[in-house]
Amino acid sequence: MNSILIFVSVSLILAILFLIFRIGILTNVLKGKSDQQVGSANTINAFLFVVVFVLGIIGFYLSFVHSSKYFLGEPASQHGVETDRLFWIIMSVLTLAFLVTNTMLYIFPFVYRYKEGKRALFYPDNHFIERIWTIIPAIVMTGFVYFGWLVWSDIMKPASDKAEVIEVMAKQFAWQVRYPGVSDNKLGAYHFRKIDATNEFGIDFNDEKSFDDFLPTELYLPKGKEVLLEIRARDVIHSVFLPHFRVKMDAVPGMPTKFRFVPTITTKEMRVKNGNPNFNYELVCTEICGRGHYAMRFPVVVVEQAEYDEWKKKQTPWAQLNAEYVAQKTTKELKEKYLKLNGLPVVAQPEMDSVKVDSTSNNLQALSVK
Amino acid sequence: MASVDTLHVGSVSHGHDHDHDHDHDDLPWIRKYVFSEDHKYIAKQYLISGILWAVLGGLFSLIFRLQLGFPNADLTWLKPILGEWIQNGKLDPEFYLAMVTMHGTIMVFFVLTAGLSGTFSNFLIPLQIGARDMASGFLNMLSYWFFFASSVVMLISVFLKTGPASGGWVIYPPLSALPQAVTGSGMGMTLWLGAMALFIVSTLLGGLNYVTTVINLRTKGMTFSRLPLTIWAFFITAIIGLLSFPVLFAAALLLIFDRSLGTSFFLSEIYIGGEALHHEGGSPILFQHLFWFLGHPEVYIVLLPALGITSEIVATNSRKPIFGYKAMVFSIVAIAFLSFIVWAHHMFVTGMNPFLGTIFMVLTLIIAVPSAVKAFNYIATIWRGNIVFTPAMLFSIGLVSFFISGGLTGIVLGNAATDIQLHDTYFVVAHFHIVMGSASFFGMLAGVYHWFPKMFGRMLDDRLGYIHFWLTFIGVYLVFFPMHYMGIAGFPRRYYSWTGFDAFSYTGETNELGEAIIKFADMNQLITIAAIITFVAQFLFIFNFFYSMYRGRVASANPWKSNTLEWTTPVNPGHGNWPGEIPQVYRWPYDYSKPGAKDDFIPQTVPFSETPESNLPNEVDE
Repeated sequence: MNSILIFVSVSLILAILFLIFRIGILTNVLKGKSDQQVGSANTINAFLFVVVFVLGIIGFYLSFVHSSKYFLGEPASQHGVETDRLFWIIMSVLTLAFLVTNTMLYIFPFVYRYKEGKRALFYPDNHFIERIWTIIPAIVMTGFVYFGWLVWSDIMKPASDKAEVIEVMAKQFAWQVRYPGVSDNKLGAYHFRKIDATNEFGIDFNDEKSFDDFLPTELYLPKGKEVLLEIRARDVIHSVFLPHFRVKMDAVPGMPTKFRFVPTITTKEMRVKNGNPNFNYELVCTEICGRGHYAMRFPVVVVEQAEYDEWKKKQTPWAQLNAEYVAQKTTKELKEKYLKLNGLPVVAQPEMDSVKVDSTSNNLQALSVK
Repeated sequence: MASVDTLHVGSVSHGHDHDHDHDHDDLPWIRKYVFSEDHKYIAKQYLISGILWAVLGGLFSLIFRLQLGFPNADLTWLKPILGEWIQNGKLDPEFYLAMVTMHGTIMVFFVLTAGLSGTFSNFLIPLQIGARDMASGFLNMLSYWFFFASSVVMLISVFLKTGPASGGWVIYPPLSALPQAVTGSGMGMTLWLGAMALFIVSTLLGGLNYVTTVINLRTKGMTFSRLPLTIWAFFITAIIGLLSFPVLFAAALLLIFDRSLGTSFFLSEIYIGGEALHHEGGSPILFQHLFWFLGHPEVYIVLLPALGITSEIVATNSRKPIFGYKAMVFSIVAIAFLSFIVWAHHMFVTGMNPFLGTIFMVLTLIIAVPSAVKAFNYIATIWRGNIVFTPAMLFSIGLVSFFISGGLTGIVLGNAATDIQLHDTYFVVAHFHIVMGSASFFGMLAGVYHWFPKMFGRMLDDRLGYIHFWLTFIGVYLVFFPMHYMGIAGFPRRYYSWTGFDAFSYTGETNELGEAIIKFADMNQLITIAAIITFVAQFLFIFNFFYSMYRGRVASANPWKSNTLEWTTPVNPGHGNWPGEIPQVYRWPYDYSKPGAKDDFIPQTVPFSETPESNLPNEVDE
């Protein structure tokens, strides 16, 4: 019933509008206005440009003030300070250019609107002024390119040996991170064919460097230390975005990427700075990756170096949490090493028969529970 | 009218005197109204297809804008149309992505490439250079019908149960290659690729025709330096299309191989749906290089015709010659050339070599120079003009405004260092919707308002045009300007919702009811409302268009007192365009308000010998 009523009233309104439109045309024809080349509408349109311009500039200002409090605030990384500064410098220059050109663009239509008997100025070109407005943008662009190049090559330079290497892996629709572990501080190898429901990273346990790698549920970062994210994806393209750190790099299946940066503000400090006691850094996806693209959140925590080291020591290696799985996947020689590494009793096994494997894994399970 | 009186008949230099204006009437209706080979009729076919697609593309954007502006609204009322894509009153997130994808694809290719270039290149090239028709009417007809076939295939994909392509209009593999990754990558993607293959064929057939016609069929006296800037723009656009679309075809073909034949051009080391796929050694980034090798020139394929149209309209209605004709031509050529060597600025953060990033940053920012020259030349053209605000003129000034606003933000995006933070955020969405989307759209509307009298022999209603302009102009800024702020705040694009992230929702503020204020919820609402109003305002135009086609005021031969050749034809030009011989051209098309001249315009067909009072020292008939 309601929809019928709405339909009828909308049709009525449209019919009335159409009648007004038709009557308007007919009266214009009667008045002879329709033959006129330029009518009063010309002045109204010219004036509207000025009105829209003035209101537009006020709106521009107010909306900026309203929105700027929602910007991301102080960058939490060394290079972020540089990119932010460059961004706001460029934006200031652009805003100036925007205001100058738009002022002309909106004021000229009003000033030079049609007037009966007036003649426009025949002015096809002026090489001098054309040269000026070619050269000025060229110089400004050169400046932008130069400073952009300085910042860009600084960000993209290779990481030093001392960098804290952390692997970030993206899949539909979650992030996972892998740390190299405290014993050898080296990430173990991986291969995509080793991925299964348990081993989501495809960690290769034939590589003993994998044994102490751990997979926490938060991305911990040390303040003031160089961090190198080694980024990959296992299904489609994703993109690592750490908005507060001004970090972004695609995660591409089959082509590992990396991003080096130095976090400068701990989570605790940031909570004080922006007055939000529940503040947390976040890892976000910025490349369309399917249904859950908007839901790939991973918490990020920045702590002081000492706290970071302590946290690392407390983490249990993945291999230890999944001892049974690892025992099945690793080679015979490495298995002993692996057991030793984890302080497990090594049983001399001339042959791998099923009973013994079972007993081993029981031992391991017992240990990981402890 | 002066232009008609002075219709000067010279011998036609470029032979090819079709003279089929008399036998056209004998054609069966199917050759006249469906498979027509008349460039004017094909142009109208393109235009009306473009309008239909624009309505659909706009409608799709409203569907996803509803989700973004009113995330808590109950959308059950859309169930009769969208069916299972509405679950529990909410839009399905995958369908959201499908709508985003289809909106982009439709607007970029079907509306702003086919609808804009297809319409005006076809309509204006023969009329403005003084040709009877396109070089090959048959290829031209094929071009439209390939586009039509492409449209049908794309439209069918919208109705699939698994949905249309939903990997973004850039269709990056592996997402677009694997149905396991998103259901739209099944049949929907197959149809998308099929439709695009047909579309590319259409573009190439059209482009070949445009280039050939401009080079070979110019009337006597129509030298390249006397071509209207519209023709220069269409000519260069067609060349860009011919050089770049085949690369997209190659990319699409390789993607089809990867999808259907098990090759590994773009796929490598993938584990999805509980199994490791056999692909190894491919590179998803290779696809991006191929895609953007078309994708970036495509921006100019869309924009240059709009700029050409604007040049013509701004000069005519300012009653002034376009400022710096040669600089304008040079800028078009420079932009076209540069458009081929900047593509990787879309890929700064794909992990490609940083040195490559530096090179592409340099090349990208060079493009700002010819673009700035164009913007300044437009402003200099209206300076000290005698401006008549026809709706076409309003839309042209609107275009220049968008070209500046959106072009400027391109400078900060083209800088590799600042792009790191802005890449794939709403800042990018704001940038390209203003500079490419809206500017080109305004060029198209300006063109329709300006050449409607030549197309249909009647005038569009001015007042509806004014209302249409002001609603659309303000609407576009309200929709896209706030997106800059969201981009600076880091909001990623193609998100169904941002509330899962503190960074994109937490403000620490509460409203009067004590509810938490969500970051930019107000902006998103404003954008959606503005988008709806802007969309509805387009129906003023559509009504005006179809109403005036039959009931509009009858046009005079040269309603805008313009100089170009198309206004020397009869009000309703028949097949072959000029009833007698093709007029000869004696001067450039921008002799407006020449000192000493009787009228404030001198058509191209008036020889210098007839205007001794206004000739410049070097102006004599050859």
